Amino acid sequence: MDQVPLLAVASVAKSFGAVAAVRDVSFPLHAGEIHALVGENGAGKSTIVKMLAGVHRPDTGRILLDGRPLELASPADAISEGIAVIYQEPTLFPDLSVAENIVMGRQPRRSLGRVDHRAASRLAADLFVRLGVAIDPGRPARGLSIADQQIVEIAKALSREARVIVMDEPTAALSGVEVERLFAVARSLRDGGAALLFISHRFEEITALCDRVTIMRDGRHVSTDPLDAIGVDEIVRRMVGRPLDTLFPKREVPVGDVVLEVEGLSRAGVFRDVSFQVRAGEIVALAGLVGAGRSEVVQAVFGVDPRDGGTVRVGGTVLRAGSPRAAMAAGIALVPEDRRQQGLVLEASIERNATSTRWRSLARFGLLVGGAERRSAAEWTARLQTKYARLDDPVARLSGGNQQKVVLAKWLSTAPRVLIVDEPTRGIDVGTKAEVHRLLSDLATDGVAIVMVSSELPEVLGMADRVLVMREGHLVAEIARSDANEESVMRAATGQVAA
Amino acid sequence: MSDLMKRFTGWDAAILAVLVLFVIVAGLVVPDFATGRNASFMVLDLAPVLLIALPMTLIIVTGEIDLSVASTLGLSSAVMGALWDGGMSIEVIIPICLVLGAVLGAVNGLFITGFGLPSLAVTIGTLALYRGLAFVVLGDRAVAQFPGSYTEWVIGSSAGIPNLVWPLLVLLLVFGTVLHATPLGRSLFTMGAGVDAARFSGIRVARTKFWLYVVCGAVAALAGVLWTLRYSSARADNGTGLELAVVAAVLLGGVSIFGGRGTLWGVLGGVMLLAAVQNALRLADVSNEALQVVTGLLLIVSVLAPNAVGAIRSAVARRRRRPPPPAPAAPPEPLPVSSDPSPSPAVRSS
Repeated sequence: MDQVPLLAVASVAKSFGAVAAVRDVSFPLHAGEIHALVGENGAGKSTIVKMLAGVHRPDTGRILLDGRPLELASPADAISEGIAVIYQEPTLFPDLSVAENIVMGRQPRRSLGRVDHRAASRLAADLFVRLGVAIDPGRPARGLSIADQQIVEIAKALSREARVIVMDEPTAALSGVEVERLFAVARSLRDGGAALLFISHRFEEITALCDRVTIMRDGRHVSTDPLDAIGVDEIVRRMVGRPLDTLFPKREVPVGDVVLEVEGLSRAGVFRDVSFQVRAGEIVALAGLVGAGRSEVVQAVFGVDPRDGGTVRVGGTVLRAGSPRAAMAAGIALVPEDRRQQGLVLEASIERNATSTRWRSLARFGLLVGGAERRSAAEWTARLQTKYARLDDPVARLSGGNQQKVVLAKWLSTAPRVLIVDEPTRGIDVGTKAEVHRLLSDLATDGVAIVMVSSELPEVLGMADRVLVMREGHLVAEIARSDANEESVMRAATGQVAA
Repeated sequence: MSDLMKRFTGWDAAILAVLVLFVIVAGLVVPDFATGRNASFMVLDLAPVLLIALPMTLIIVTGEIDLSVASTLGLSSAVMGALWDGGMSIEVIIPICLVLGAVLGAVNGLFITGFGLPSLAVTIGTLALYRGLAFVVLGDRAVAQFPGSYTEWVIGSSAGIPNLVWPLLVLLLVFGTVLHATPLGRSLFTMGAGVDAARFSGIRVARTKFWLYVVCGAVAALAGVLWTLRYSSARADNGTGLELAVVAAVLLGGVSIFGGRGTLWGVLGGVMLLAAVQNALRLADVSNEALQVVTGLLLIVSVLAPNAVGAIRSAVARRRRRPPPPAPAAPPEPLPVSSDPSPSPAVRSS
């Protein structure tokens, strides 16, 4: 392709602290094409989207529109340059009408600065005709389905003459019919000369809709090819293909008795009929795409989230639902997904955070005096080789990896029989990752039953004895270590039928 | 007890220093301020504020608030008057009032933890409700002639120390120990600073908050009993507006209105400073309206000052450690974009 692309991402890179999210990525986006952007969770897709949306600025590299470098300092800049981003869950004003949402910020005026509601409605109605959808411009945005909200966002983008439309996993929450309608709209936009960047985990959608595909892995650009020149198998291979090295010091451990037994666990609209068992010394991974319901399941097991039905047994004893304290008493520990909100109180000290699960056992005659907390915090942070200046420092001052070690210290100090870790190495550096993996391996050797939720396939494959795969709230596959590979897990997670 | 020493640094120490300074200056400038008689009066004046400030501190530390305390005090006083008027004995009436306070607190707690309503809204509602009930119970009558032995004990003193000092001291020690040296106290700070993290640590947030409101109601009712005995007068409008003084004293004592931070020793300083300022102004013949103005100003200062101090301190700290550490604010990459509120319509509308 010789012509100047409508939009070009040119050698952009972006780091957050020590974590390089995107490194040296380039690809062109041409007018009149639908371009797929694929990669594993954490490959850097979202960061690219945020750079196009003006939310993040690239550390190095540029974004070119018609060959002209752009300075996107804010989302407003991106919009005025004609770049629109449609998110998975749009953010409309619920109490304004559909038409008002579309003209928000640039309302047609009558005399004396009054808003011309009739003109706004007409404009909205025209846009919906162009898109071939039937939405009443006068109705409030509240109560619109996600699919309709996305259409409204697209109409809004059109009203501002957007030429580049980025759709970030738009189909994740849509039904089959709604997906078809969105695709029809996307095709008509393409045929009208717009460039669409389409991000999705569903390969059948990509093959049905897209013209070209750019693959990212570990923040790097892997390839950009016409879709008919590359099969789904090859896409998956390029997305995940990398050797499993010493990052994953998994040891073979003799497996003991069943410790954790989950049976028929359900929560309306979130997950259904989830059953599995974990034995002492076993590491069971819970894999799947973001939004498949994995975190919700483990949080329901721990009792911090509600559940509608099903039972959880630890060592044969049924656990009371909805009580983290009962779960802790039974020996369950949960290292949660969101370290900063759920795992830690950032403004509290390292000591407070590291001991917050065991104050009652550290107290003597009900009183926390005599330095028992300090000793416990010092012991467990030292065991996990946590680097800090003083135990009184707020935990917010630590790096992500050391914060995660404090969370681990907090839970390991309760001597759990069942350790649930949710994204245990998210956002931490490679060295600490390896330490966390070694720690999990050691714990399994000591007979702890481990459940690991992870979106990183190499971690899943490198650490797990068994892989449970969830898709859309259901447990869809159980894969033994010997059969687990990138493709088998990815296929189960995305619902691709094995070839 | 080095831990205790550390707690006295910072805002608490500043408040205590200001208190000492103020007492010295007022003692020199205001006639009759530095007398034993005046000191007893001050104790009587600050007793209800300090009493209610104890559970209020615990509630504010968890990030909630209870504005209905003064109305609970009033309703307790009105019920006490009505029952006394009806011929019941004081030994029965006082426990009834305390239970009533606990029930009123439980109503607050139920709305806040059971239905998940904001405590500010709920307790503004019950502020009006409980005061209204007090007038329903007693109208605008005043009931007097409570047993002399009780009223005399409340206002009396022995060996120059007011009798009320001793129960106040005991309660202060109990609440201080609970807040600063027990698992319960630790969990109050934790839920105030991060309610999600508290839940994920197995802390029973709702249950704990519910019982705090129950205790707060009972203590406010006890304050109502003492108030009634002190003035030997049960009235429905007793203690009107006292909740402001209590909240002002707690915040002045360095407790963060957002929860998660504060000490009971600081609150003691805040209560005493507020009482000393009001007492000195009153001795200096300053009008009641001016007293209100001063209370309001102290409330604002108490909210502003710790924030200002904190801002200055963190600015200094930031300057000291350059380059900044790996920004903890940067999200790890795989966050779903949908959770990022940045490109909201509010931003786009510019």
